[in-house]
Amino acid sequence: MSRVGVIGAGHGVFGRRSDATVQELAFEAFRLAIKDAGISRDDLDATVVAAVPEYHKQRSVAGVVQEYLNLNPKPTWLTEVACASGSAAIRTAWMAIKSGVHQVVAVIGCQKMTEMATAEILALMGRVGEVQWESIFGSTFPGYYAMFATSHMHEFGTTHEQMMQVAVKNHFYGSKNPNALFRKEIQLDKAMNSDAVASPFCVYDCCANADGAACLILAEESRAKALSKKVVWLDGVGCATASMSVLRRPNLVGLPSAVEAGQQAFRMAKVTAKDVKVAEVHDCFTIAEIMAYEDLGFCKKGHGGKFIEEKRSYIGGEVAVNVDGGLKAKGHPIGATGVSMAYEIVKQLRGESGERQVPNADIGLTHNVGGIGQYTFVHLFRRD
Amino acid sequence: MFSWFGKVSFVSYTKVSDFAVHLKDGRMMGSVCKDCGYTTFPPRADCPQGLSGNFEFKEYSGKGKVFTHTTISAAPTGFEDVAPYTIVVVELDEGGRLMAWAGDTVPAKELKIGIPVQVVPRIFEDSPEIKLYYTVEKPGATWKKAPAPHLG
Repeated sequence: MSRVGVIGAGHGVFGRRSDATVQELAFEAFRLAIKDAGISRDDLDATVVAAVPEYHKQRSVAGVVQEYLNLNPKPTWLTEVACASGSAAIRTAWMAIKSGVHQVVAVIGCQKMTEMATAEILALMGRVGEVQWESIFGSTFPGYYAMFATSHMHEFGTTHEQMMQVAVKNHFYGSKNPNALFRKEIQLDKAMNSDAVASPFCVYDCCANADGAACLILAEESRAKALSKKVVWLDGVGCATASMSVLRRPNLVGLPSAVEAGQQAFRMAKVTAKDVKVAEVHDCFTIAEIMAYEDLGFCKKGHGGKFIEEKRSYIGGEVAVNVDGGLKAKGHPIGATGVSMAYEIVKQLRGESGERQVPNADIGLTHNVGGIGQYTFVHLFRRD
Repeated sequence: MFSWFGKVSFVSYTKVSDFAVHLKDGRMMGSVCKDCGYTTFPPRADCPQGLSGNFEFKEYSGKGKVFTHTTISAAPTGFEDVAPYTIVVVELDEGGRLMAWAGDTVPAKELKIGIPVQVVPRIFEDSPEIKLYYTVEKPGATWKKAPAPHLG
């Protein structure tokens, strides 16, 4: 069966974008991706849009994006699985191409989050927990990952300092990414003493809400080769789910959906965790990156704290993780995040990442989590 | 009736609405599938194993162990006035888990995963409406129960 390749990638600036509407943000990323691919709009068969609708005043975002990009009457549709919506859009485009329905598909992840106040966003995000039995106690999104952190610390002796070293790394790389929301390095002691959010987390354990967009152009193998000389192949896709409620999880020291999605993707791409040179993992909170190392098999369960402490996820370590700043420093416009991750991997595999370039990057991975692991998508990219 | 459950309520109608009636009377109810015996908390009207919709409530003792916990400082809309508050997930002795607030007898700094606790039904007394919840207390904590009503 023919492969699916990425022939173009574009990324807008993430941040508090009070200068632009969601369709204007989408346009920025789309224009860059079309230019990068060296194709015209006419080459596209369809668009898949990723966005989480509750954040926008505009209903049915795919429609307004499609019109603003002047793509009517080509087909479009929206994908939504909370913070993993972007990867769901990529998977959907991959499926559309594999099935032969479409040959060239644009994937656009876009989100405007800052139209809402932080307390409203906390309330909304908390409702990604089970509203009937949990949200009534004022559970929040940071609160959920904080409960994972409490469990991980108890079971494996992971320390808050180790977690915060994830933030230090990601801000270090974010300082070198012109598309990142935060472009400053942070110091461990200052970060450890930032305001409390949900114990053990303080402010620097948490990623920031942001506005932004990213775009990929995917194509069927023969079209990809005809249109582009720098194709990056999407050779493995994995997707799995876990219970909505933390009350129904086997344990709170990892995400079972991430383990399963990772195994599916590795199997399909016929590679192992050891082959991955560069990875984008879902570091919405510091503990999430530590659990990702373990769930994906970069290290054993329980060894994630040591893994970051020994800088094994820096460039020059075993696998370079989130060297674009991650959600932590780059910002997390939730619908755009999965596409942004894929953008970074595509640039890395093409050798276009400048001072953040990972040497000999030939296989890259994205790990995009929806909610608290209710959904996880793992994608494996390769250059020939 | 289910909208009684919680400081802020998001769910008004459910097949297990009588859960709130029982909680008001001081009883914590899980569910048992009448066909296969699957027992769980929180209660479910529909059995995840055999797909049966034939269930009955079962009273839980509220005894259990701390599964995990966090103290929330950055509160969402509707909870600002009670922040900071500590959320505890309790593994119940009879099976299943629940989320609750840490009560006065269990200060946040004394919370540890694995310690035995008693979950106690509560009512917000300064609220004009009925608002129910439960707290996590030291083992041996007691509370008042109303006589069991007849529920359809």
